Amino acid sequence: MSNADTHGDTKPTAFAQAMLDLRESAVLSGTEKRNLAICAIVAALWALLPLFSTGYILSLGISITIFAGLATSWTLFSGPTNYISLATAAFFGIGMYTVAGGVNLLPYPVLILIAAVAGALFAALIGLATLRISGVYFVIFSLGLAELVRQVVSWGQHVMGTSSGLYVLVDRSDSVFFWQLLVFTLVVFLVSWWIGRSRLGFALRIIGNDEVVAVHCGINTARAKVTLFIISSTFAAIAGALVAPRWSYVEPTLAFSPFLSFQVVIMSLLGGVHRLWGPLVGVIPFTIMWEFISAKFPSQTTLLLGVAFLLIVYFIPHGFVGLIEDFSRRRSGIWAALRSKWQAKGGGHE
Amino acid sequence: MDIIIIGLLLGGTYALMAMGLQLQYGVARIMNLANGEMLVAGAFGTFWFYSATKFSPLISLAVIVPLAFAANWAIYRVLITPLVRRAKSQGQLEVDSILATFGLSFIFVGGLLALFGGDYLSYSYLARPIFILGQPYGLNRVTAFIGALALCAGLYIWLHKTRAGLALRAVAVSPSAAGLVSINVPRASALAFALGGAVTAAGGSLLSIFLTFDASLGVVFTLKALVIVIMGGVSDIRGAIVAAFILGLAETIVASLVDPGLTLAAAYVLFIVILLIKPEGLFGRRSS
Repeated sequence: MSNADTHGDTKPTAFAQAMLDLRESAVLSGTEKRNLAICAIVAALWALLPLFSTGYILSLGISITIFAGLATSWTLFSGPTNYISLATAAFFGIGMYTVAGGVNLLPYPVLILIAAVAGALFAALIGLATLRISGVYFVIFSLGLAELVRQVVSWGQHVMGTSSGLYVLVDRSDSVFFWQLLVFTLVVFLVSWWIGRSRLGFALRIIGNDEVVAVHCGINTARAKVTLFIISSTFAAIAGALVAPRWSYVEPTLAFSPFLSFQVVIMSLLGGVHRLWGPLVGVIPFTIMWEFISAKFPSQTTLLLGVAFLLIVYFIPHGFVGLIEDFSRRRSGIWAALRSKWQAKGGGHE
Repeated sequence: MDIIIIGLLLGGTYALMAMGLQLQYGVARIMNLANGEMLVAGAFGTFWFYSATKFSPLISLAVIVPLAFAANWAIYRVLITPLVRRAKSQGQLEVDSILATFGLSFIFVGGLLALFGGDYLSYSYLARPIFILGQPYGLNRVTAFIGALALCAGLYIWLHKTRAGLALRAVAVSPSAAGLVSINVPRASALAFALGGAVTAAGGSLLSIFLTFDASLGVVFTLKALVIVIMGGVSDIRGAIVAAFILGLAETIVASLVDPGLTLAAAYVLFIVILLIKPEGLFGRRSS
């Protein structure tokens, strides 16, 4: 952080000055401290969930926590840059398979670490191949990525002669499992928050607005994009590794299901991708609604998910966050109008 | 030798499907991620037609192509036009259309699952050998290849010899300049999108003569078509045809020498090579 500060000082250009101003305005302000405190309280309350309920509510809580982590890490990269990644399932599956493949050989925590490294390396390869060039190549590449990894894994299993389904038997109670995921999601949040107010986050927002401008500002766009993509994908791989014991049976078609990528994108969009808390606002109602829908119409889930997606893209393009901010802006507009009217009246009396 | 011939036969059908996507992306500027699902819908339509009537799958084209044209016209008018109107920039439109067509692809898959179930569907038509250079090949593959080539040639001539085709090519070069010479750009875009969808469905219909389909296969074909279009260069239809043959060959080589389950890997390898060496495509011009 301090390094970044001095860096800004040594470049007295107008742009660097603007950057510096922005950073100064982002120095831990009162509101931010308050927000952090609220976050801590919410997380602490959420952590109490296993003490009050088990079974259904807890499993719903687990889903919400996983998706909150996944959607936030998706937004970390795809939100500011507008590079839509459709490959969450590929990284998630890699994490899951690392655990499934090594669960009898290595201790579980080591496997999580390996999963993270594997996810990061794979993301680095893809990022270096596709993100150096601007344009839609990245989106296209990510579209079939889960399917590609699935084919390769199935082929590998076929060649090595192992069965396609693997069992992951790690002894964990549901509560411990829940807390593990909560810690993961909190880490995702903190990292996203920290990146959002760092130079890197600022660079990404410029890239998202106009990549040519970003290049002309002296931002190494490729490095910024690849770095963020690696971070975001590593989180997805860790999520996969954490979830593997809960599924206990892992199979290529399950682990690399494109459904997951789709759900993550839809939840993030529903919430809104330009605020840190946006995905969370989307994840909670969507997970609950989805639980209901998949129980009621188990054979029409794909169709309904597609319909929900289109509704969001067409009718709430900026997500719930956009709606909320619109509303509060309008309300404060009315408030200001009323106040000026009242003041004008008061002035008349005197 | 037989690898090369099978690869070429496959490439011909791929060329048709890629031309469909190219019309949609090159002219209408819509990155259609539901393209593969349209192809699968065409394949399922032919399957259904053939099982119901026992007429040749080639005759089913006469039904499927107009239907797909109408469906894609409607998709463009109802779903894409609002996005084009609200988009402030080309980048915004790209993001919106990617999201919308991605959602659409799931609706297609869901619809196909509801109509046909999740099983693999295939039928047997012209499953006889035909001898080329002394080697036997499936007559169905050769039929599909000839059908695809005929359609490709027809489309190519239409694009290059008629006024309507010229208008589409003008829009592909520059929508704003095309507007200046009194081409109705929204109409031309809708036409290109609808035509692209129809061509893709025809490609699916022909592929179904010798391939087995299930409802979730669309994304693989979308990806293949996209790789072909990028490899060929977005603005040039000749590039797509050459690239389709390259992909057909590469897939056949991987399928017969390594494993038939790895065809997507072949597409990805080609994709990476293109990205690293010549991202603007074989026939594309480097934009300044």
